[in-house]
Amino acid sequence: MKLLIKGGRIIDPSRQIDRTADLLIEDGLVKSIEETLPGDEAEVFDASGFVVAPGFVDLHVHLREPGEEYKETIASGAAAAVAGGFTSICAMPNTQPVNDNASVTRFIIDKARDAGLARVYPVGAITHGSAGEELAEFAEMKEAGAVAVSDDGRPVMNSQVMRHALEYAHDHGLVVVDHAQDLNLSADGVMHEGRYSTLLGLKGMSSGAEENHVARDVMLAELTGARIHIAHISTAGSVELVRRAKQRGLPVTCEVTPHHLALTDAAVVGFDTNTKMNPPLRSEDDLVALIEGVRDGTIDAIATDHAPHHSDEKMLEYDRAPSGVVGLETALGVALTVLHHTAGIPLTRIIEMLTIGPARAFSLSCGTLALGSPADVTVFVAEREWTCNPQRFKSKSRNSPFAGWNLRGQVLKTFIGGQNVRG
Amino acid sequence: MAFTAKHLLGIRELSVEEITTILDSADSFKEVSTRAIKKVPTLRGKTVINFFFEASTRTRTSFEIAAKRLSADSINISASTSSVSKGETLIDTARNLEAMAPDAIVIRHPSPGVPHQLATMIDASIINAGDGAHEHPTQALLDAFTIRERKGRIAGLQIAIIGDIMHSRVARSNTHLLTKLGAHVRIAGPRTLIPPHYDKLIENSEGSVTVCRRVDEAIAGSDVVMMLRIQRERMTNAFFPSLKEYSVEYGLTLRRLELAAADCIVMHPGPVNRGIEISSEVADGSRSLILDQVTNGVAVRMAILFLLVATEG
Repeated sequence: MKLLIKGGRIIDPSRQIDRTADLLIEDGLVKSIEETLPGDEAEVFDASGFVVAPGFVDLHVHLREPGEEYKETIASGAAAAVAGGFTSICAMPNTQPVNDNASVTRFIIDKARDAGLARVYPVGAITHGSAGEELAEFAEMKEAGAVAVSDDGRPVMNSQVMRHALEYAHDHGLVVVDHAQDLNLSADGVMHEGRYSTLLGLKGMSSGAEENHVARDVMLAELTGARIHIAHISTAGSVELVRRAKQRGLPVTCEVTPHHLALTDAAVVGFDTNTKMNPPLRSEDDLVALIEGVRDGTIDAIATDHAPHHSDEKMLEYDRAPSGVVGLETALGVALTVLHHTAGIPLTRIIEMLTIGPARAFSLSCGTLALGSPADVTVFVAEREWTCNPQRFKSKSRNSPFAGWNLRGQVLKTFIGGQNVRG
Repeated sequence: MAFTAKHLLGIRELSVEEITTILDSADSFKEVSTRAIKKVPTLRGKTVINFFFEASTRTRTSFEIAAKRLSADSINISASTSSVSKGETLIDTARNLEAMAPDAIVIRHPSPGVPHQLATMIDASIINAGDGAHEHPTQALLDAFTIRERKGRIAGLQIAIIGDIMHSRVARSNTHLLTKLGAHVRIAGPRTLIPPHYDKLIENSEGSVTVCRRVDEAIAGSDVVMMLRIQRERMTNAFFPSLKEYSVEYGLTLRRLELAAADCIVMHPGPVNRGIEISSEVADGSRSLILDQVTNGVAVRMAILFLLVATEG
């Protein structure tokens, strides 16, 4: 079984490749990349004018199954992933029940196998029930297939528990992911604390509430020597804290969401609940600092924080509506529109943040077109403009802040193990 | 000028001309309340629903009387948000209201933005009677009406707003309105109860709002002092140490009022905590316009109902 992807611009930042070439896939693996390869016996896909990249890797998605299948299932989330060019996605543990033990981890992996679309890597909880008190069984969850641990959405407030989690996870080769938010400082906040929260009378979450925990995490990484990954950083101060930690050689990585790169708290005027997420949309200065962090390599990955919610739930009062937006199917379009077409960041850098950057952060073997590796490949057009219509999403949910946006950059094909899974 | 707005959601969205039109109309409606028969047929056959998700005596009664003096049929609905479970409030509220075919809905809700959200779902005119800490436009309009009536103008006045600014929709709406009409607003209160960037609240109007560090600084030379109600429950969240200390440091007393301009007027949106944010001597004194505010509230709300509902086909 051979597939020849012909004449595309192959960009594989894991091996500093950026050239027009043919990519031959055999038996689901990357066989060779050459200027011209013979097409005999192979199915040929003409990719001239397209970009051919390693399949995208998303470190941060909420698949809602088990427990909230009316919002999303593992199958519908995986379908949304491949529609957006993602071949590997990491499933956050805040399901019902919480993925804090090997049985839930195995359930997720089985369901993902049945769906047969994107590769799903479960992220286990740090603590039982993500209650922030007792450590979950890291080793057993890892054995079952978990790739990291996180109490996403319910940050571990007790710094001693966090320290122990880091030390124990380090022994078992797991990265700890922190949703950095000091819950006391952020109190009942529902948006960024700034001029707009004052204008709208909505309770604010200060930048300091995030930065306080990022600073703590950096200190704990230094204290323990363990790896920590800061989820969805959103403030200028957080970028600076991670930048300095990296300069000092500390084992700290971080990710940013497309929506924090594209929108500011000004979008909350009008009270559209699809502008409500946690961390909240920040100020213009923060957005500029995040783009700078992308440009200079401080930020390792673009992660969607794909958070499906039913439209009934989002059609609530702003301060009562749940936080989160879907992102898998708009990530590339938003990232290219904002980072490449507007900010002038090279395609290679953006693809790095969608492939090898996240793969390295979680020590995943994907995100590369290295010879012999599984042929997970995403083909897209960087220039093509399309209008975002959430009704056409593969995700079960429609809660996107980008409805009606004209985005430049569209996924055409997604191959997993050499199989086209996008249609 | 013609008044074309369909809703009254906030002061921020209003132009100076629209504000002036409302205040001028209120002037003529005020006379109705002084007649032996306090009723005009202007809104006969129109239905106004007062939908209050928060306890209110003054505002709800004021709207009800305003509607009745215009001959509209007004209905009061009270709902407690605590009794409505999540996932069925806003959209069901909207559908139920729509089903009753009202011409105007006066809504008060503890969540900021609910009037704006409803305005996108419902055909009737929406009048914001207070949404969380966001806006309370009719209060600001009646305050402006009261100031204008007494002072003859608003432009150029120094107006101090003092107290719990953070949780106050009255402060926000008044800041928008008074600065739009050319007044200078001074803000004072415990730092813990003043939200960030309050001095930059108003777009393209640098310097029209000053946040003062001390109450005396805000009052000194002021033409109007507006005191805000302090809620007892703020103490439990460590906003300030005690009501006793609050009254000493931030309360309006006769002595403190001497710092203001000789003809300074005192206002309060009510209900008043006597002896806490304002002493009884001040609240009941000759400079106090607290009851004029209540009287004018009916006239201003009659004007708003008239402008929004009567002009509709």
